Amino acid sequence: MFRLMHEAKPAEALGFTFDGRALTARAGDTVAAALLANGIQACRQTPVSGADRGPYCMMGVCFECLVVIDGVGNRQGCLVPLREGMRIETQAGRRHPDGG
Amino acid sequence: MITIETIGQVAEHYDIAVVGAGPAGLAAASRAAELGLSVLLADENPAPGGQIYRAITTTPVTKRAVLGEDYWKGGALVDRLRPTNAAYAPGCTVWSVAPDEAGGFELGLSLGGQARLIAAGQVILATGAQERPFPIPGWTLPGVMTAGAAQIALKASGLVPSGRTVIAGCGPLLYLLAGQLAAAGANIVAVLDTTPRRNWLAAIAAFPGFLRSPYLAKGLKLMAAARGRLPFKTGVTALAAGGSDKLTGVTVTRGGASETIPCDALLLHQGVIPGINLANAAGCAQHFDTVQHCWTPTVDDWFASSIPGIAIAGDGAGIGGAESAALRGEIAALDAARRLGRLSEAERNEKAAPTQAELARSLRGRRFLDLLYRPAPQFLAPPADETIVCRCEEVTAGQIRDTARRLGVTGPNQMKAFLRCGMGPCQGRLCGPTVVELIAQERGVSAEETGYYRLRPPVKPVTLAELAALPPTDAAIKAVVR
Amino acid sequence: MTVQNGNSETDIVVVGGGVVGGAMALGLARGGARVTVLDEGDVAFRASRGNFALVWVQSKGLGMPDYAMWSRRSAEQWHALARVLHEDTGIDVAHSQPGGFMLCLSEAELEQRRQTMQRLHNQMSLSDFPYEILDHDETKRRLPDIGKDVVGSVYSPLDGHVNSLKLFRALRDASARRGVDYRPNCTVDSITSDAGGFRLKGAFGEIAAGKVVLAAGLGNARLAPMVGLDAPVKPSKGQIIVTEKTDAFLHNPMVTIRQTDEGGIMIGDSQEDRGFDTVVGQPILSVMAERAVRMFPRLAGLNVVRSWSALRVMSPDGFPIYDQSLSHPGAFVVTCHSGVTLAANHVLTLAPAILAGGLPDTLDAFSARRFHVPAHA
Repeated sequence: MFRLMHEAKPAEALGFTFDGRALTARAGDTVAAALLANGIQACRQTPVSGADRGPYCMMGVCFECLVVIDGVGNRQGCLVPLREGMRIETQAGRRHPDGG
Repeated sequence: MITIETIGQVAEHYDIAVVGAGPAGLAAASRAAELGLSVLLADENPAPGGQIYRAITTTPVTKRAVLGEDYWKGGALVDRLRPTNAAYAPGCTVWSVAPDEAGGFELGLSLGGQARLIAAGQVILATGAQERPFPIPGWTLPGVMTAGAAQIALKASGLVPSGRTVIAGCGPLLYLLAGQLAAAGANIVAVLDTTPRRNWLAAIAAFPGFLRSPYLAKGLKLMAAARGRLPFKTGVTALAAGGSDKLTGVTVTRGGASETIPCDALLLHQGVIPGINLANAAGCAQHFDTVQHCWTPTVDDWFASSIPGIAIAGDGAGIGGAESAALRGEIAALDAARRLGRLSEAERNEKAAPTQAELARSLRGRRFLDLLYRPAPQFLAPPADETIVCRCEEVTAGQIRDTARRLGVTGPNQMKAFLRCGMGPCQGRLCGPTVVELIAQERGVSAEETGYYRLRPPVKPVTLAELAALPPTDAAIKAVVR
Repeated sequence: MTVQNGNSETDIVVVGGGVVGGAMALGLARGGARVTVLDEGDVAFRASRGNFALVWVQSKGLGMPDYAMWSRRSAEQWHALARVLHEDTGIDVAHSQPGGFMLCLSEAELEQRRQTMQRLHNQMSLSDFPYEILDHDETKRRLPDIGKDVVGSVYSPLDGHVNSLKLFRALRDASARRGVDYRPNCTVDSITSDAGGFRLKGAFGEIAAGKVVLAAGLGNARLAPMVGLDAPVKPSKGQIIVTEKTDAFLHNPMVTIRQTDEGGIMIGDSQEDRGFDTVVGQPILSVMAERAVRMFPRLAGLNVVRSWSALRVMSPDGFPIYDQSLSHPGAFVVTCHSGVTLAANHVLTLAPAILAGGLPDTLDAFSARRFHVPAHA
């Protein structure tokens, strides 16, 4: 859905996984941006109807970009900087009590 | 500038705590630190700049023209803070502000998964703006985002929408974004302008002010640049995003006729409104600004809120744009220094005078834009019953109207109790204005009379473990363990 | 719905539109009365928006056995109320009676509970009020997720819970369907009586009614003396935390922790005498969170998404006040801090009694006259 513009400053590539798939994104990206850059639109299903949702505001306001990061659920992907080796997963509905 | 990386590095007490590192917060923190005050600048984003100067120190965008010269002005604000002793805490959420026993304030912070309580003599909230909710059918589909979100992706990560992109709504930011994305190489298949034609009638009286405004040249340039190159469609009266599990197109109505434009990204924007959650939860009085058509914390000429010691600077206390935000931050810092006894009233007044004059200039013409780009009623209170209003709890416009009418609900707090709108993690940020609008419309009263959600801390999620680790008081233990 | 008739008349006016007033209005309307509810607006103290949603029996009635019986009776009638509400409105208020626990985090707490339960049951024959004192191991057998700090618990199969906001809405909805005239923003300034009944006045205008039921929570203290009644109620502040939605894992309600049908965990319940102050205080939230995490360590990582405080409506002894005016026949006062537990009684027993003429003798113990008994020499 998004691509890197031409003439962007080069950046270190960070490896991470999304639902087990190995992906890379640029150092400096937030988790939500890293997903968008990899063509991932839906990052969660709602706990109410199960509908797919994806990042909406990218500034910490809407809570639509919630994902599981390294086993911790309902984290705002747009506020968390991507780190090498992060394990990111779809937030599938309600949070599990002791983790994702 | 001392960058704080862990919660343990935050001091117990600061003269001034500034919340938000956009233009207002950066200017306030700089000015206060230059006056010799100890300052904490807490910001939940990973880097300074707020949204308007998002990623100003880290952006991968190399072609300056893509983002425009105004964006790069943000660098100077960060450069000004660097030589000071202000403590800057990125990735730090302020989830509560409450009076403490020493006559100052206690702030609840969360950084790196750990919470702390610290004290500050004065607080300046510079929490900025958010985009006004734009509830249309299908706006929850993946692929639909705010225009601001696309702009953040561009500034912070150098990302541009890769598919067919439609931009819809109204307001200066819409044209700015259209121009920026086009310059960055996006495939913009339509710009759908929802500015109601009759707004010109209301705005025309404010036109003389606009003619003398700094917005004029900028605005005309933006408009001309965008219009010249992009497929504009004006007079849009209805929008609906289509698709089953993701966006596939947008249905647009103009002049009574509808067409569907296939697209991969739909970017919505109908202006910005103050982000009021922290001020509201802190108990600051607010009113409904009828020109900007939004709830706004009530402040005086020094940006002091109704709670002595809490000032609200920048767009968080009424939309004025980046330049005015920085000036307002500066003025708020001078007044905070006066309250702390660092400046006399005369010194404050003298130092503030040139900034106040500049502020007045920077706001000239604002009223014209506010009136011209006020969203049409059908985009404030969605007519289609199935339109989701509360995205978190999936409450629809139809449910809200029915409950207001049939169950006699007069305001958003009772609506929240009955339908759960505003109870989700966003705490009403994305539904509050619409819920108020729908109730007001149903009851035939003003938004002011309808009221707004009463918010409580924590204004951003904080874990039970974080709360549990904070020091208890004897009185609190007695109140709970009985 | 802004219509506020200047003058009108009705059979019965219920003052107060919370859970207590809503229950009374529905019960009266079910009995065929023309009912008008006069309520405040969006901003009100409104305990009904801040309660903990328990349908609770186990610890109630120390000092007043009638209250224990009354609570138990309501818990039994709750199944019928839930059915009525569902039939009338289609709303499932998520009522269940799986048995409830009071978890204790120290031997002292457990001992105190044990003594309270003994004293409660010594008051009278409460042999049909089953309860058990459980040690850590037995508590853990029944609630596998408890932490090591839980030394034991009190369990009663009579306890249950409900979704109190759905209850609130269902009461209003069912009332509306039965023709109750609900009028928000109608604060009552004065009530006068004449041979024909009562006149209630305020900025909204005036309304005449044959009977008046005061169910205005803390407002009853001001209104009751206007019709020869007494309701010396005072606020008691309580705070509540709610977490994000999580998988259903707490199937039983506890005095201070329960999971709602929507998935959020509610954590309560503090008690402070702070007048009418409703500011949320961080120290109390912290203590509540700390205890909750010790009770159920797996809650630790859950995000708090909301907190609030509300004011309980407390009488001097903490028990409900049900009274009918001797000087102003036809005026009643109904006030309690357990409007959810007692909702079934209010709809199915109290309202029919009022329609039939007056309060039954079995409610004598709840009269406010109990606060005016001269001290024995």
